[in-house]
Amino acid sequence: MSNSSGILVIAEVSGNAVASISTEVLGAARRLADQTGQPVQAALLGSGVEGLAKDLIAFGADQVYVVDDPLLAKYSTDGYLAALEKVNAQASPAVILAGQTDMGRDLIPRLAFRLGSSAAMDCLSVTAQDGKLVAERPCYGGNARAVNSFKMSPAVATIRSKAQDPLERNDSRQGQVVKVDAGLDAAAIRDKVTAHQEVAEEGIRLEDAEVVVAGGRGIGSAEGFAALEELAKALGGAVGATRAACDSGWRPVAEQIGLTGKIVGPTLYFAIGLSGSSQHMAGCSGSKNIIAINKDPEAIVFKASRFGIVEDYKKVMPALLEACKKLKA
Amino acid sequence: MPLHIIACVKQVPDPEAPASAFKVDEAAKKVTPAAGVASVVSQFDALAVEAALRVKDVASDAKITIVSMGPAAARDAIKHSLAMGADEGVLLTDNAFENGDSYTTALVLSKAIQKIGDFDLLLFGRQATDWDAGVVGSGVAEILGLPSVSIAKAVAVQDGKVVVERVLMEGYDTVEAPLPCAVTISNELGEPRYPKLQQIMQAARKQVSVWSAADLGLDASQVGAQGVRLNLERLYQPVSEVECEVMEGETPDEKAQKLAQRLREEKII
Repeated sequence: MSNSSGILVIAEVSGNAVASISTEVLGAARRLADQTGQPVQAALLGSGVEGLAKDLIAFGADQVYVVDDPLLAKYSTDGYLAALEKVNAQASPAVILAGQTDMGRDLIPRLAFRLGSSAAMDCLSVTAQDGKLVAERPCYGGNARAVNSFKMSPAVATIRSKAQDPLERNDSRQGQVVKVDAGLDAAAIRDKVTAHQEVAEEGIRLEDAEVVVAGGRGIGSAEGFAALEELAKALGGAVGATRAACDSGWRPVAEQIGLTGKIVGPTLYFAIGLSGSSQHMAGCSGSKNIIAINKDPEAIVFKASRFGIVEDYKKVMPALLEACKKLKA
Repeated sequence: MPLHIIACVKQVPDPEAPASAFKVDEAAKKVTPAAGVASVVSQFDALAVEAALRVKDVASDAKITIVSMGPAAARDAIKHSLAMGADEGVLLTDNAFENGDSYTTALVLSKAIQKIGDFDLLLFGRQATDWDAGVVGSGVAEILGLPSVSIAKAVAVQDGKVVVERVLMEGYDTVEAPLPCAVTISNELGEPRYPKLQQIMQAARKQVSVWSAADLGLDASQVGAQGVRLNLERLYQPVSEVECEVMEGETPDEKAQKLAQRLREEKII
């Protein structure tokens, strides 16, 4: 264990490119590396992905361990765990980082236990203190923050989307590419994806939108969201919703913002007819400017907002829409 | 052989309680239990029990055992789950279990599950609504060497396999895995059923076993504060730096116009 050194980032591929969350985690790894003098390693798993190794180097990796295997073409728990055990044996990192994504949530707890350690999930930051990794993460629905250190090595953590900045891409950075043979046995991969259903998101992706117009229980109905759609359209943004609004069937699950939904950090976030429960605010607290519109002056959302209007949203939206259209004209 | 499902539940302080009631005792590194805040079954765990009951709705001879690790009061979480329709309960309680982490929790649950034996399906909430970690369910699967599928919106059992609809950011996958298997449940599963009064009364007659660390073959050094793999260095409440500027105006229209004006002044739009 005392021989382990290096910060290993488990990279993800989105389409034909490195996922942006991975560039963020690489940024965090690079900052840790600068503090501790250790190398940044990346694990690149998939099929036909070797060409992306150079992108990982451009975003901060010193070494990229490539596991290219048709059995890794789609994510599977057993397949990716087996492949990462091989990478870990070769790279011997002191720290393993991944994004808090569909893959990260599924993979990291098991990988950490398999390696004799445990994981800190959904971290906002990871830093080195006295040579050991310290991770800070929200808990109690965002009401509190926990600061954890690790008893065992490697220290394993996932990083929340948009919590860390990527480095500036630098194509002149040098790095090594190491090919790792996963030696996977198809029969040993017990979990199999038999169907995939994509939920088509119309218009701009929530996570990419600079303006989000979100509504909650206070909107009252699916029809009530029409006003939010119009405002989003006028401002070139996207519509979001609380879990309550999605559970009521007013908005699709893909629009759910919160601790177990999407995490967004737009320039402008309208929080309309929503109380501001910490589970929801966990999803939008990264926003640069939050504007609350709520008829309840005691609603906790006002405590997290830069601007507020205490009114029934129905009375405010028509004039707000007109005024915003004029601003954009 | 009838299907045996084990669902693990945790009792937590009600996360719907007003945020103003929430206080952290930084010296003790604990949340101060607030007066009047109820203890409830963690939201996603109640859905794990619901998922078990939906499997039993189809396979009526299935047996559902509820397991909970916690203080003596966690018995209420088990009783609620039995009232929903589960068959038996096991309470794991011991001072030695206190101040543990996700790893020690997973270890204790794994030992209990092994002691119960003969199970087909393990169900967990995707994360507890206090620590929000999301580690225990998959962690138990890892300790027991089982396949696992996480963040499920639907679970069905067919021909010795589990068929799961797994929620993704952009849609969902259908995943199959052989039994025995562990699955963690997400809010997209829907609503947990409410027990009727008759079921609550029947639940009082269902068996609840109580096991300690010794019953599980564990000693204090392996569990609780002594067994953790993650140290809690600090627990604190972040202070909000934001001061809200509330729009003034005689009418809602005026307030809306004022807001637009402020957004232009601040160069936000």
